[in-house]
Amino acid sequence: MTKSNLINPRHVSMFVTLGLFILLFGTGSVLFYGFFSLQNFWNLFIDNSYLLIMAVGMTFVIISGGIDLSVGSVLALSTMMTSALLEKAGLPPPVVIFLVLLMGTVFGFSMGYIIQTFSLPPFIITLAGLYLARGLCYVISLDTIGITNPFWHVMARTKIRFFGLFFISPSVVIALAMVAIGMFLSRYSRFGRNIFAIGGNEQSALLMGLPVALTKISIYAFNGFCSALGGIVFTFYTLSGYALNGKNMEMDVIASVVIGGTLLTGGVGGVLGTVFAVLVYGTIQVLIVFQGTLNAWWTRIAIGFLFFLVTTLQRIFENRGTGVKQLEK
Amino acid sequence: MQTETAIVEMKKIRKEFPGVLALDEVDFRLFPGEVHTIMGQNGAGKSTLVKVLTGVYRADGGEILLEGNPINPESPLAAQKLGINTLYQEINLCLNLSVAENICIGKEPRKLGRIDWSAMYRQAEKALARLNITIDVTENLSVYSIAVQQMTAIARVLNSEAKVLVFDEPTSSLDENEVEQLFSVVRKLRDEGMAILFITHFLNQTYQISDRITVLKDGRFVGEYRAENLPRLELITKMLGKELTVFSQRARRKGAEESGHPDAPVEAGKRGGGEPLIRAEGLGLHGSVEPFNLKVEEGEVMGLAGLLGSGRSEAAKLLFGIDTPDEGDFFIQGRKKKLPSPKQAILEGMGFCSEDRKNEGIFDELSVRDNIIQALQIKKGVFHSIPKAKQQQIAEKLIKELSIKTPHAGYPVGKLSGGNQQKVILARWLATQPVVLILDEPTRGIDVGAKLEIMEQILNLSKTGMGIIFISSEFEEVIRCSDRIAVLRDREFIAELDGENLNEAKIMHIIAGGK
Amino acid sequence: MERLRSLTQKRIFWPIMALVVLMGFNLFFTPNFFRLEIKDGHLYGNLIDIIKNSAPIMVLAIGLTLVIATKGIDISVGSVVAISAGVAAMLIGNGVKGDPTHPIFVAVGAALLVSLLAGLWNGMLVSRIGMQPIIATLILLVAGRGIAMVTTNAAIVWLYVRPFAYLGQGYLLGLPFSIYIVILLLVFTHLATRYTALGLFIESVGINNTAARYTGINAKNILLGVYTFCGFTAGVAGLIVCSTVMSADGNNAGNGYEMSAILAVVMGGTSLSGGKFYLFGSIIGALIVQTLTTTIYAFGVPPEIAQIVIALVVIGISLIQSDKFRALFYGIAGKKAVQP
Repeated sequence: MTKSNLINPRHVSMFVTLGLFILLFGTGSVLFYGFFSLQNFWNLFIDNSYLLIMAVGMTFVIISGGIDLSVGSVLALSTMMTSALLEKAGLPPPVVIFLVLLMGTVFGFSMGYIIQTFSLPPFIITLAGLYLARGLCYVISLDTIGITNPFWHVMARTKIRFFGLFFISPSVVIALAMVAIGMFLSRYSRFGRNIFAIGGNEQSALLMGLPVALTKISIYAFNGFCSALGGIVFTFYTLSGYALNGKNMEMDVIASVVIGGTLLTGGVGGVLGTVFAVLVYGTIQVLIVFQGTLNAWWTRIAIGFLFFLVTTLQRIFENRGTGVKQLEK
Repeated sequence: MQTETAIVEMKKIRKEFPGVLALDEVDFRLFPGEVHTIMGQNGAGKSTLVKVLTGVYRADGGEILLEGNPINPESPLAAQKLGINTLYQEINLCLNLSVAENICIGKEPRKLGRIDWSAMYRQAEKALARLNITIDVTENLSVYSIAVQQMTAIARVLNSEAKVLVFDEPTSSLDENEVEQLFSVVRKLRDEGMAILFITHFLNQTYQISDRITVLKDGRFVGEYRAENLPRLELITKMLGKELTVFSQRARRKGAEESGHPDAPVEAGKRGGGEPLIRAEGLGLHGSVEPFNLKVEEGEVMGLAGLLGSGRSEAAKLLFGIDTPDEGDFFIQGRKKKLPSPKQAILEGMGFCSEDRKNEGIFDELSVRDNIIQALQIKKGVFHSIPKAKQQQIAEKLIKELSIKTPHAGYPVGKLSGGNQQKVILARWLATQPVVLILDEPTRGIDVGAKLEIMEQILNLSKTGMGIIFISSEFEEVIRCSDRIAVLRDREFIAELDGENLNEAKIMHIIAGGK
Repeated sequence: MERLRSLTQKRIFWPIMALVVLMGFNLFFTPNFFRLEIKDGHLYGNLIDIIKNSAPIMVLAIGLTLVIATKGIDISVGSVVAISAGVAAMLIGNGVKGDPTHPIFVAVGAALLVSLLAGLWNGMLVSRIGMQPIIATLILLVAGRGIAMVTTNAAIVWLYVRPFAYLGQGYLLGLPFSIYIVILLLVFTHLATRYTALGLFIESVGINNTAARYTGINAKNILLGVYTFCGFTAGVAGLIVCSTVMSADGNNAGNGYEMSAILAVVMGGTSLSGGKFYLFGSIIGALIVQTLTTTIYAFGVPPEIAQIVIALVVIGISLIQSDKFRALFYGIAGKKAVQP
């Protein structure tokens, strides 16, 4: 029994991302006074909790070999629905939260159902979903709807302090809870393991008797849930609903997942890597703010470049071979 | 160990595809505690029979009994649930998961609602121990060789209630040691009472592992034999059947010469300067085919004979520039040349009809005309588009010459029958008027009438001076059409035959292990 | 005889029918839809608006048609439109006096060059590195917006150089000038693909990449070429857009264009799974998309909500093209039988 010298990309990329984060944070600390602080670290979570939640959902979609381009628009729809239900319909917070999460789940489920049942390419259906959700935002309102609901204001203002060293917001708790759920699902649930199998080789997964169709549809439903939850968390942050929220956000989410070490071809990846990648994303943004002169859009270019680097490296490793023996065709 | 009652009985199975009767009232029995191998040439129906048993196809007639009860599995999963498990040539596992997961996924042991990884590892180790294998089950399946991956697949199957194990060409990617390992596992399972159906085209292996052999030919059941009662040569004869040799290349030449026919083909090689059209010296590609020598003279038909997987297509792809050799030289009309791509080969006057016409040959949406002028267009270059009228003319001429049955030249090729599709591909290369034409299984999956037509065409072409390499799994075809034959076995050129040696017995003898 | 019989079977028949149906709908339900009048020596009216507004999408559709024919996709075209507009606007400059900072032809040339390079980039990723087209073009989609914003310094650049407006707003012989650009591009592409073997090779690569290689076609270069050309057409579209609104908005320019262009191509008869392509069909498809949106606007529906309709139409067309959906609908079990 021989083993190959193939580098298992599973954990290597994740540590590379962690290393990248440390490098960036370190560089910022050296270059800018006031950069290096515990609070600054936790601010990364406070400012990007919505992104983290959405990226957890997207991680599963990409591991299964699919893609979802609608997440930014579903976030926007979620913010619109939240603010409209609160302000215009006057519904109580628990009802609003439940309905919005339901909307996201149903939206995701519908797309997943169409993709799976009719074997249509995910990118086209979720791209259509993107425009559908965005359009529905405008149906609700073309203008911003400010949120006056007291519960929301409490959530926006609350600081959870830790021994006077630093504080976090409730959204961070929600985000970290989703991360924990994501990590549990991927490691300790059959659902999670099936996702890896499907992403690795869907044909094999089918022949191995795994519930492929059900799992794939559930993944999109779960992702829809995460986008809706991300939207609610976003409203805690902005205290408003605005149809133009989340423009191009799907790119940030997908980039975070991929930079975190999840292979775009599916079957390999993890939630923890995604967390590190979101930290990288947040750090780049803060670096640009601290720098002062650079256009904030450089963040997008930097992320785009990292995305390109990672996907190219993934492709090169793929070409190196996937085993000891090469099969002739 | 052997019991008298068969665990699987297939009776008078019938399976039809448009234009082809794949299985004609075939019988088959499988006993527990036995390894039973189905033998037959390409198109004999053995893979169809197995696919009917394992739920890939539904039979059109006949019945299947499992432990005495009639069954009719409508999918591979349904067959699995009945206890009929198949291990395919391509390992149907997930390389990105660990060995243990591949064995247990779908039924992972759980504790308090979460997957119990240590219990899973132990379960996997136990399953592999049954096959006398001890490996690190926590490693990804991808780091292990195909042989180990196969063992994992077997372990997975054994983890569920398997009554019948079907091995579909499991040894194609294994080396000798690994084959022996696999066989010891198969023997162990057999001794434990498992009913095993084995499919392989390697004759040696058939005799190493089988207790019983069923032979199919042209969709019909020829017979069921105990392996020890069936000598090798007899098996091959039954697989190929007895057929009259209607004509042969050499007989033709001889006859034409004697009668002084003006069209008599000149003795191959005597025409031009004596330089062979193409010549390969020590050409080889590691992992594909061992270094070989080959030459094709003007007007000569060089046959490549061998069983499936013997390396004939691989050799052809090296000659045509599809694969790049890592050793050896190639000469075309005396000039040493490297062929980095098929385009170069085409410009030098070569043509190549691939064996897999569906995936490597036809453009199904395009018309017959478009398919035909493809290679010729390459010769002329992108910017010199052949005028539509000329395209039509060329297409019509070849349609007539090859008797391609199509409503008109603009008909999409995908809708033609297999035989006519093959003719279209042949027409494509004929349009370029090649100097050397390589034909890889040009008669595969084609009805008898079309087969003869194509073979006739090949002989006519060689008359015009074209050099032809003819590859076929059907020995009588190769013998009929060729001036010389190279025999391949297990990715190696073993011997070259001509003259009196050009007969089936000699070929079979070499393939069966002689020299 | 063969021609007449296969008229209804010609792929372009259905898009034209769809357009006729749409027009018919408007004839009955939308007042003044077909009214044409002449003002200042130009033709005016809803029909002219449709033709004028569809110019950018038509241009994009021409490039995308070839990409889709190779079984690929390019979703970065919207971002490239923004980049092209940004480059041109910055080079022309927003001086209020009306004199360009650089000559207009330099600005145009630079914008086209940058767009070409963007397409080349996509082509290299797909053909040389072997990336899936959706992923490769996603990269430019991500980074492209950033590049566009950086080019314009994240601010909308307004142009006051009147001559530049001719591209998108001018009229020639009574018809909008942008249409002539479309016609020029269409004729060029048609000649290049149908009067050389390029069209055949592109289709072959899309239908069966392996067979194409075995027949001697340089599949890698074909792929490189179509993506580069697609980038170029996005550049042309960007110039038309920039000229029409006399501004470059890095954030919003080209937004949603890829969706409309893909829809135009698919409605025109070219299948998303590659193979035969229909340039004229794509043009008709763009007209359908534009007529659809104009019809929706004519009913007072705001543009953002019109996107919903487009999205639903895309899903509908995809379903119709899906074998499984058709099987469900007609109860047919599969097309060709399996060969043994």
